[in-house]
Amino acid sequence: MYAFHEAGGIPVVDPSAADGVFGLLWLVIALPLAGAAVLLIGGRFTDRWGHLLGTALPIGSFAISVALFVSLLGRDDDKRQIGQHLYTWFETGHLDVGMDLLYDPLSALFLLLITGVGSLIHVYSIGYMAHDPRRRRFFGYLNLFVAAMLMLVLSENYLGLFLGWEGVGLASYLLIGFWQHKPTAAAAAKKAFVINRVGDMGLSLAIMLFFITFGSTSFTVISAGAGEASSTTVTILGLLLLLGACGKSAQFPLQAWLLDAMEGPTPVSALIHAATMVTAGVYLIVRSNFIFDLAPHAQTAVVVVAVISIFWGAWIGSSKDDIKKALAGSTMSQIGYMMLAAGLGVAGYAFAIFHLLTHGFFKANMFLGAGSVMHGMDDDVDMRHYGMVRKAMPVTYLTFGMGYLAIIGFPGFSGFWSKDKIIETALADNWLVGLCALLGAGVTGFYMTRLMLMTFFTDKRWEKGVHPHESPSVMTVPLMVLAALSVLGGVFLIGDWIVDFLAPVVGTPEHEDPPIPALAVTVLAVLVVAVGVAVAWLLVGRRDVPREAPQDVSFATRAGRNELYGNLINDTLVVNPGKHLTTALLATDKYAVDGVLTGGPVAVGALAGVARRVQNGYVRSYALSILLGAILVAAVLLAVNLR
Amino acid sequence: MIAFWILAPIMVLAALGILFVRKAVHAALLLAVVMISLAVLYASLDAPFLFAVQIIVYTGAILMLFLFVLMLVGVDASDSVVETIRGQRILAIGAGVLLGTGLVVGLGQISLGTAVGLDDANAPGNIQALADILFSRYVFAFETTSALLITAAVGAMVLAHRERLTPKARQPELAAQRVKDYAEKGTHIGPLPPPGVYARHNAVDTPALLPDGTAAPTSVSRVLIARGTIRSAPATADAIDEIEKQIGWAPHSGGSGAATPPATTDEEAPAAGDGA
Amino acid sequence: MNIQAYVVLSAILFTIGCVGVLTRRNAIVVFMCVELMLNASNLALVAFAKQHGNLDGQIAAFFVMVVAAAEVVVGLAIIMTIFRTRRSASVDDASLLKY
Repeated sequence: MYAFHEAGGIPVVDPSAADGVFGLLWLVIALPLAGAAVLLIGGRFTDRWGHLLGTALPIGSFAISVALFVSLLGRDDDKRQIGQHLYTWFETGHLDVGMDLLYDPLSALFLLLITGVGSLIHVYSIGYMAHDPRRRRFFGYLNLFVAAMLMLVLSENYLGLFLGWEGVGLASYLLIGFWQHKPTAAAAAKKAFVINRVGDMGLSLAIMLFFITFGSTSFTVISAGAGEASSTTVTILGLLLLLGACGKSAQFPLQAWLLDAMEGPTPVSALIHAATMVTAGVYLIVRSNFIFDLAPHAQTAVVVVAVISIFWGAWIGSSKDDIKKALAGSTMSQIGYMMLAAGLGVAGYAFAIFHLLTHGFFKANMFLGAGSVMHGMDDDVDMRHYGMVRKAMPVTYLTFGMGYLAIIGFPGFSGFWSKDKIIETALADNWLVGLCALLGAGVTGFYMTRLMLMTFFTDKRWEKGVHPHESPSVMTVPLMVLAALSVLGGVFLIGDWIVDFLAPVVGTPEHEDPPIPALAVTVLAVLVVAVGVAVAWLLVGRRDVPREAPQDVSFATRAGRNELYGNLINDTLVVNPGKHLTTALLATDKYAVDGVLTGGPVAVGALAGVARRVQNGYVRSYALSILLGAILVAAVLLAVNLR
Repeated sequence: MIAFWILAPIMVLAALGILFVRKAVHAALLLAVVMISLAVLYASLDAPFLFAVQIIVYTGAILMLFLFVLMLVGVDASDSVVETIRGQRILAIGAGVLLGTGLVVGLGQISLGTAVGLDDANAPGNIQALADILFSRYVFAFETTSALLITAAVGAMVLAHRERLTPKARQPELAAQRVKDYAEKGTHIGPLPPPGVYARHNAVDTPALLPDGTAAPTSVSRVLIARGTIRSAPATADAIDEIEKQIGWAPHSGGSGAATPPATTDEEAPAAGDGA
Repeated sequence: MNIQAYVVLSAILFTIGCVGVLTRRNAIVVFMCVELMLNASNLALVAFAKQHGNLDGQIAAFFVMVVAAAEVVVGLAIIMTIFRTRRSASVDDASLLKY
């Protein structure tokens, strides 16, 4: 049907030239990039209409994406990889990197997600940031992010991908620290940037290794030649890519930045730190399927990291009182599911992407909903100060509820389909991993119910002077659209459509009979989630929620509130030794190196300090020294002449 | 050579005197002794022209200039021979001894032989011979010297010149200033009192006495007070008493009381002394 | 006739002048000591003129006198100027140009 690698059933990347509507591919990136340029270079001249331009351009990109998607659907399966060569980026020695774009089913889905959700969040931001004096700059950064993210998913080679990868990192940094007057925001931005560098190091090393091994960074070349590389090399490549993915997707052990990243404006949290950027790691692994399929050890590592992250994030999500941080923990956990699916190989890639899409819908929905609640609660993020918000903000409540039902996997909602498929696949692969995934679903049910109850139900615990009100329609309309998508996201799975659609990219899974019937797994998953919801209702819904967080809590809660001591671990293992090292280096430089260099001059200076006393200003002293000198000269002359 | 052996010790002693005398005027006089002796030595060395020049230029002009400046500068603490720079005197004397010994010993080592003498050179007359050389071989140096002298003259004038920054006070201004001082500070508006005039003693260094018997400090020169060389009326009276005693004449026995100044009582003597 | 004694006298006077310059503090006396040194050298010049039988030494002494006169004029003017501003003729008081 389509080109396969001889070694196994791994599809190679073999794009055909862009023609017709596909010639517009570059515009998808160029539009938001132009927006960023105009808004950031134009400065305050664009203040008045900057947000409108910044919103219109991603919508334009979305329109093109839809057109491209429809055109793609009209093609045969084996013609669904389209490449567009824009120009030669650089050419040095044997390294020949072109600015090539690759449009295939995987990119197509990402394009729709990024531009679609991105556009909605832009619209939402018009309302959310209405009173911020730097709104124009915010939209400039958002456009920059969209352009970089599109570059990331459209590039045909790893170097272009890396360009987008760093671009989204930059945009993320700028947007987390957007309210830079807050020291916490500035610190969070810096932290995200630094931890991401660790992951980027893995990715850049992988790119260098690609070049050494295959002589190119192009997907086409690497996917074709992957079979000839030694298994060690491929495993190392897989692990390095995993490191990169961990950094960008906030997976264990590089997870610490994501919770702090919630310091940024809420639309940023929704777009970058929930829907798109943090899923770039999943994209990287799925895109590199030709590597991971050949590296079972690396796949195992991915699964291990994913399972740890599922519970790590869920644990944090269960104990945080900050609504955004609870959602961030949930994000980490859900990305763990995607990584798990991606780590399961051919059987899971499609479900990873499927969950990524549905998660993008419902998590963006919930983040924007949380932003709406915060908007009504005077930017208070503590859920202990909420309660009974559903009366005050019905639209937010309803849309958030849709997202909630989707994430816990209520039958029929999008999350139900995507998570169920992952659990099913995991169980089929390894019963232990499957069990963990199942348990994770139960915990998801618990913490999301807790969040839901504390926010929209239970008694009012509002701060004095806070009068929640429904947000303007420019904010609620995106919420409604996203709620609808959260509910209906499951349509991708009708007739295994997404699996077939992605098959040209990730391959067709072998159909094997699961050890447990699919229906049984589904029922089991729903039951587990129900237990989680019930526990949450017993612990939170039936009791009074204290306005202050109780201090006499179990170790588990305390650990969760402290983000499982992730920062402590980082500080102990990396930050403090680094500080000591720099202090030692500084001291060495200051005292040893500088001491040697400046010692001479200092000694001369000290000597001069003593010698300058000779210059006492007394003419008679000077005359005396002249006389002594004259006597010396005369004595020498005499000695020479009388010898 | 007789002149030399007579003058040489005088010159050395006078020169050493310059080092030790406290007053600059004495140093100038001792320098004059050295210079005049030197002029005589020039004469003995067949240099009559330099003899005259030494007397006229050095002793007559330069030394007079020194004395003139000394008069302007006056007396101050720099006359003290106490050394203020630590180690300077010992080192200076040490260096001097070293230099002197070195020079004398060094000169003692060489034998110059008999002098050629200037009889031939001075055959047309010393002044004519000097003029011959000066206006032939040394004419350029001679002309340059004129430039030097003019420069020095102009330089001295520039250095000595003081720009007047305020208009010169004339008699009306001075009178106004006096009245103003009287109004503001109570300064005496009239002329200063003259020095004391007594029947037997009359000098500028004796202060006049005020009606209460104290000495008037303004009646004697400020400089004399600073030098401490004024006499007080009681001291004068004591001296008169002493003289009278010696000549055996008793004024109180029948002489006129006007001979005794009013302030001769012992109680007032210290006050008068303080005033002086 | 031997001029050696003249030269020795000249050396002694010169040395005394030197020590005077180094020990006296009154600028005018210091100047006098400088004059003493100049005179001492003049004596040596005149003595050597006699020794060698030509008048160049006397000419040199003559020039020294001229230069000394110029020097004294300028030097005394400087002393006067300093005295006028600083109310002191001590060479030690003019010691501002130092470390």
